[in-house]
Formats: sequence, C-alpha cells, structure tokens
Amino acid sequence: MNVIKSLTHNKVAMVGFAILSMFILIAVFGPYLYDGNPWRMVQRPFIPPFQNNQYILGTDTLGRDVLAGLIHGARISLLVGLVSTAIALLIGIPLGAYAGYYGGWVDEVLMRFTEIFQTVPSFALAIVLVAIFEPSVYSITGAIAIVSWPPVARLVRGEFLSLRSQEYVLAAKLNGQTNRNIIMREILPNSLSPIIVLASLMVASAILLESSLSFLGLGDPEIMSWGYMIGAAKTVLRQAWWLSFIPGAAIAVTVLSLNLLGEGLNEALNPKLSGNREN
Amino acid sequence: MSVQTLIYIAGRLVKGAMVLLVIAIFNFFLIRMAPGDPAQVMAGEAGATDEIFLQQLREQFGLDQPLYYQLWIYVSNLLQFDMGITYRQQMPVFDLIMDRMPATLLLTGAAFALSLLLGVLAGVVAAAKHRKFMDSVITVAALIFYATPLFWLAMMAALFFSVYLEWLPSFGMQTVGENLTGWEKIKDIGLHLILPATTLGLFFTAVYARMTRTSMIETSRLDFVKTAKAKGMKPSRVTTHHVLRNALLPVVTLAGLQAGQLIGGAVLTETVFAWPGIGRLMFEALFQRDYNLLLGVFFISSAMVVLFNLVTDVIYCVVDPRIELSK
Repeated sequence: MNVIKSLTHNKVAMVGFAILSMFILIAVFGPYLYDGNPWRMVQRPFIPPFQNNQYILGTDTLGRDVLAGLIHGARISLLVGLVSTAIALLIGIPLGAYAGYYGGWVDEVLMRFTEIFQTVPSFALAIVLVAIFEPSVYSITGAIAIVSWPPVARLVRGEFLSLRSQEYVLAAKLNGQTNRNIIMREILPNSLSPIIVLASLMVASAILLESSLSFLGLGDPEIMSWGYMIGAAKTVLRQAWWLSFIPGAAIAVTVLSLNLLGEGLNEALNPKLSGNREN
Repeated sequence: MSVQTLIYIAGRLVKGAMVLLVIAIFNFFLIRMAPGDPAQVMAGEAGATDEIFLQQLREQFGLDQPLYYQLWIYVSNLLQFDMGITYRQQMPVFDLIMDRMPATLLLTGAAFALSLLLGVLAGVVAAAKHRKFMDSVITVAALIFYATPLFWLAMMAALFFSVYLEWLPSFGMQTVGENLTGWEKIKDIGLHLILPATTLGLFFTAVYARMTRTSMIETSRLDFVKTAKAKGMKPSRVTTHHVLRNALLPVVTLAGLQAGQLIGGAVLTETVFAWPGIGRLMFEALFQRDYNLLLGVFFISSAMVVLFNLVTDVIYCVVDPRIELSK
C-alpha cells in the first residue's frame, strides 16, 4: 500500500501515531491496570507530584488521586472524541452527498440549512445545548456532533459536485444503476480520503471542545475528565499550579498527536492538496 | 455603487434576517425544553409556591396561551429588543447584555487585530524561509498553539506573567477601588487587556500563520510571480507587492468566517480572567441556571456574527468587484 508506506516514512506523523497509540492504550486498559477510583479521597490534599510513592502525581484539592483522574479522563476524551465525530459524519456525509449529487433546489435548501449552523457561534451553541439538556455523556457527545458536522457536509458536497460528471458515474447511470447505488458504491468510495483526513482532525477538536465544556462545569457529573480537573483546580492556581498544569498538558499532547497524524494522512492521501486544512 | 451591488447587499440583508429568525425560533423551543416549568422557576426565585400565584405568573407571561401564539409573542418581542427578564436579578436581559457588550467588543477586537497581524507576519516569514530553520520554528509553534486548550493557556499565562513575574494584572478590567480618569484609566484598562487578548488571539494567530504560509507558498509558484522575478524585481518587493497581496485574500476570507469562533473563545478567556463581557455573563447564567439569560446571550452573539459577516461581505463587494454578485 502506497499510503501506509508514505505515512510510515513521515517521521512527524509517526511521532503523532506513537503518542496517540499510547493514549488509546491508557484509555482502554488503564482503568483495569491501575486500581484507583478517581473520585475517592485517598490521602491528604495538595500532595505535589513525585513526593508520594503510592500516588506518583500527587493529590488534588480534596485529596483525590491525580493519576487515577488522568487515566479515567483519557477514556472519556477518547470516547467523546470518537463517537461525536462518528455522529457528525453520519449527519454531514448524507447531507453533503445529496446536495452535491442532485444539485439544484436540493442543494440550495441543504446548503442554506448548513449555513445557519456555520453562522451560529459553535461553542456558544454547544454550551446552550448541554445546559438545556442537562450535562451528561450523551448531551455532550450530541452537542459536539451537532456543532461539528457542517464542514463535513461542505467537503462532501464539493467532492460530489466535481465527481458526479466523471465518466464512470455517467457509465453507471447509463447502466441503469439507481441513484442510491451510484452515491454509495461509485462516488462515496472515491471521496473517502479527504473525509478520513477531516475526521482525524475533528476528533482532535472534539477533545478540545469536550475539555472546554467540562472546564465550564458542563461535564458529566459522574465522570472524571481532564477539563473538570482543570476547572476544579482553577481557584487554587496560586497554591497548586501543577493541578491544572498536568491535565492541560495531557490535552495538548493528545490533540497535538492527532493533528500531526491528520497532517501525515493528508500528505499521504492527497499529495496535491496538502496544507488545505482549514474548514 | 451599481444597482447590482445594491441588489447584492439587499440580498445579504434578507439572508441575515432569515438566519436570525431561524435562530429565534430555535431559541424559543429550547427555552420550552429547559428543565423546570418557567413559572415555577420564577415563583421559586420569589419564594412562593402556591398554585394561584403560579397561575397568575403563567397568565402574566402568556404561558397559558397556545404554542404558536407564544412563539409569535416571543419573536415580536425580540424584534423590539425585549428578551424578557432574568430569573434572578429581575433585570431586562437585553439591558444586561448591552452593559457587558463593550468589554467583549474590546477584547475580541483586540484579539482579532493582534492575531491577524501576528499571524500574517509569521506566515510571511515562514514562507520566505521555506524549509529553513525559522520556518520550522514558526510551524512548530503554530502547531502547539493550535493544539493547546485556550482556557489552559490563559491560566498558564496568568500564572507566569501575573503570579510569578507580577508584571500584568490577570483579574477584571480595571484596578478595583481606584477611580482613575482620562489617560490613567485607558492605561489601566490596556494593561488589564494584554493577557486576555493575547491568549485569545494566540490560537487564531496559529490558524492565520499556517494559512498565510500555505497561501504564500502556493502563490509564489504562479506564473506572474516568475515574470516579476524574471524582469529583475527586488525579491522583497515581489513578496510584498505580488505574492502577499494575492495570498491574503483566502486568509481574510477565513478570518471573516471566524467571528463566531472568537466569541466562543471569549467565553473561556473572560471566565478565566474575570473580564466583564458577555462571555463571562454566559458563564454566570450557566452557574445560576438562568436559561432566559443564557439563550439571550446566545441570540445576541449569533446576531453579532451575522452582522459581522454582513459588513465583511459588503466591504469585499465594494473593494473587489470581481467577487461573484450572483450569489
């Protein structure tokens, strides 16, 4: 495979891939390997990192184990990032495909609809949605999906617009294939590579969004997350800066690794387009 | 201005109004879905719970009317800038938001100008030193700022510049308890503005730097640039007069589209730095579970974005007549 070869030759992308793999392993197996409830008070509060042998990263304002919080936070970040991106793709791909394939008034209506979602300040919309439907994993994931599908729809529409007049599509039409078949079997597989690149970058921004929401106190009250840890340590920034530094660094490294991998994928899949990534 | 331009502007106006109408209707249904019966929430704030009082409140606010009628009332009130009152302070939502508006405009405006300036500069330098040391430094810095959570960056900046170095204030918009006037006051606000505006701007600086760099490199490969070089023009002049001018268009277009993002970022920076703008107001509304206020801020911030897009569209159309007038 050319793509995999070109990706493995890209050192920067491989660094991203390595960090990301570690993050996924921690998210999936961490809670089983490291025994610790992130909510339980285990020691006196404010133990700095690397001073207590049992709790390596120390304890927070209420004496909870920071390392346990970090491990459980990885899980929720990954879960919300992946699921919300999947939902956004499920909304954006069909909308964009129909708009681009049929054109005309279908395109007009669907794109006006998309435009409204693109105009609205997305983070403010996410806040409003999570607040109204009460903070939970479901409302957070749903809200992030709702604010992140428009770029997918636009991208897919553009791909379909340019591919629908290709010869193989015309041939399929002459063959008497149904529109549904042409969309699903002929055009979609050919527009997958930019969608994959966009999706990898969307997971990164979904993780950032989730952490921002839980920082504002809109996290699921039952689940420990990185954003919540930073929000809870906000008032003690002067006394215990590491309590906000550690989870923030975890977010930055994770998001960075996803961006690096996404760029590597972009270069491997669309050599001509590399660099065109904003929206 | 030609008739075509006027038609174009009128079209944009209608489109903006339609978008706001849809958001208003959406807002109306969201308020209905908010947890708790609005009458009960208001009664609870007033410290009463008996059924007769609840009924009175429902009648007073039209909650006993059919839904379509309530929607009509809601939208026509919005048109008169009446967004109801806040549950807690019993103040008109619109007035409260307008009180906070100047602070947010100052913050987002400063952040926008800063990020556009710094971002374009960094992008031009990186493109000029393509594949050299400076290019790598700028690219890596942009990648890092692009991945860093805004609120965390804000907190770390406050920690370093305010707590550790004690150079800059990191709380509020003015020094509390000092009634400064004139230049002193402006200087005081300026000092308070530095940290919030810079942290809010850095993320967008990263975005614009990457975009400018790509755009500059792509434009510099075009034929007219080769011609300019071939006829012996100075390289610096080619960069500024030929490449930059043409490379800037996609960057400015993107910048215009990012107004909404800037407001989202303002919620986080204003929360960290206690900057008294509408972002902070949104956080307070969340905290107090004041859904009327929350949705009011949401509507006004959407209206700001619509207005901003409208203004940039019109400016484009006047500045660059080549832009399609048909759409």
